[in-house]
Amino acid sequence: MKLTQGAFSFLPDLTDEQITKQIQYALNKSWAISIEYTDDPHPRNNYWEMWGLPLFDIKDPAAVLFECNMCKKAKPNYYVKLACFDNTRGTESCVLAFLVQRPAFEPGFKMVRQEVAGRQLTYTLESYAVDTKPEGDRY
Amino acid sequence: MSQAVESRTRIKSERYESGVIPYAKMGYWDPEYAIKETDLLALFRCTPQPGVDPVEAAAALAGESSTATWTVVWTDLLTACDLYRAKAYRVDPVPSAADTYFCYIAYDIDLFEEGSLANLTASIIGNIFGFKAVKALRLEDMRMPFALLKTYQGPATGCVVERERLDKFGRPLLGATVKPKLGLSGKNYGRVVFEGLKGGLDFLKDDENINSQPFMRYRERFLYSMEGVNHAACQTGEVKGHYLNATASTMEDMYERSEFCYELGSVIVMIDLVIGYTAIQTMGKWCRKRDMILHLHRAGNSTYSRQKNHGMNFRVICKWMRMSGCDHIHAGTVVGKLEGDPLMIKGFYNTLLDTKTDINLPQGLFFAQDWASLRKCVPVASGGIHCGQMHQLIDYLGDDVILQFGGGTIGHPDGIQAGATANRVALECMVLARNEGRDYVAEGPQILRDAAKTCGPLQTALDLWKDITFNYASTDTADFVETPTANV
Repeated sequence: MKLTQGAFSFLPDLTDEQITKQIQYALNKSWAISIEYTDDPHPRNNYWEMWGLPLFDIKDPAAVLFECNMCKKAKPNYYVKLACFDNTRGTESCVLAFLVQRPAFEPGFKMVRQEVAGRQLTYTLESYAVDTKPEGDRY
Repeated sequence: MSQAVESRTRIKSERYESGVIPYAKMGYWDPEYAIKETDLLALFRCTPQPGVDPVEAAAALAGESSTATWTVVWTDLLTACDLYRAKAYRVDPVPSAADTYFCYIAYDIDLFEEGSLANLTASIIGNIFGFKAVKALRLEDMRMPFALLKTYQGPATGCVVERERLDKFGRPLLGATVKPKLGLSGKNYGRVVFEGLKGGLDFLKDDENINSQPFMRYRERFLYSMEGVNHAACQTGEVKGHYLNATASTMEDMYERSEFCYELGSVIVMIDLVIGYTAIQTMGKWCRKRDMILHLHRAGNSTYSRQKNHGMNFRVICKWMRMSGCDHIHAGTVVGKLEGDPLMIKGFYNTLLDTKTDINLPQGLFFAQDWASLRKCVPVASGGIHCGQMHQLIDYLGDDVILQFGGGTIGHPDGIQAGATANRVALECMVLARNEGRDYVAEGPQILRDAAKTCGPLQTALDLWKDITFNYASTDTADFVETPTANV
């Protein structure tokens, strides 16, 4: 299973050069870039761990890439993404997010269907990795 | 005292003598009128009957859309009547159209009930379109005053929050309408939903005329579609959705269907424009209360929005629908099979997404207005588009749009998943290239061909649809454009 969250997950994994160009694009727009990682990639896990604060003051794409690679190195078998924040009035939210690392093996999710009244099903999505191991040992 | 009481008490003022006097003289024409910030402004394109003075026609429109009737009434004198009279304040000939005029009219804010689109539209378009003194009439644009907008809820969810809920940022969203529109059983229908979502789309969609017909009752469709949605979410790790159309014959039926949609855990519910303004506003509030996204299909709009001389411009419908609580509205594709001049479509998109709108005559935006923090309504581009046009779609429509490829997904020779994947890869490679600073519009076809080297379904789609374009002249174009734009 390939997790397809993020803006570029249907493309081949991005190279450092490609990532740098996306960082440059974000910096040109004055967006703040946040580096986040997790080993619990449930689609509704809204709060991945933050690799420090969003890089509000850093204007050099190489410095952003450096932090990104430090995070990947420290968390080699985690999902890592870059999330860019735009504080323009009327937006004030994330405006670009894409994965820059994924675990070597992605076991995916199990669908639990609970039969309830009236032919309805209650669906629960469970990550195989999260179910079997505690945080930090999952991938 | 031989005079009868009737003649002694008869009003002497010329203005209130019984009979018919021109509207312009009744106080509905005031070229010196100072527009108030709280006034609602409307611009009509008016073709008066031969022999009718355009100023008189404009005054008649102002009169009949506010306080006037065809004759003088003394009961006006019991009111602060000058306030309630709408004022035609400007009349310009339409360039390139003989005997047609742009008429500007100002309405005091107290002519309208707070937060009621039905009330507002009953005034503005209630009466005057059948008026004998005008041969044809079109409502082109409106300025909603800040104070009035603050009485409307606006989009239940809005573009920003929708993206947060879906966890999808930095690219247009992708959708498709299930085809064939009619005839599939619930189980077969859910198959299309599942395949499209698993292949890479964010949303699938019921069509405007799929409700609860004999071949598939709504509960069947809702249950199987949600199986498709959840199953695809499980296999991709993404949030997925399907617009379940809750349109029905009565509000009670619509509540029942929407509640079922809510109970099943759908992130979104869908309605058609034909249900009417009150029902739409009701659903906007219903959705805000339940944290659901409201998708509106603009079914029926072209019956009155397409022709230049009569009806209303679609940008006005965009304004009304943003005010009344819709999160999505179909607003044109530029390059697809349905009507749409590029600049006019841009105007619709800006109307739905801007926090402040500036005057932009080539885009048909006649008034500046502040949107008073109403959320952004996401435009939907649907109808005859395919992945080979991706560079043009992103160029014309930007990021905040839902691109819906119906035939362009389900018509893929290798199946629905392959069609969906082709679209998603085409989208992602084009956004990536744009962000990298490449001249993606000029290089678009090459960017797609390069991406197709590692994506067979995209190669197949590009080969199949390479020559499909819909190149017809638009019927609806702005009349202030300095340089005409080509329909692409």
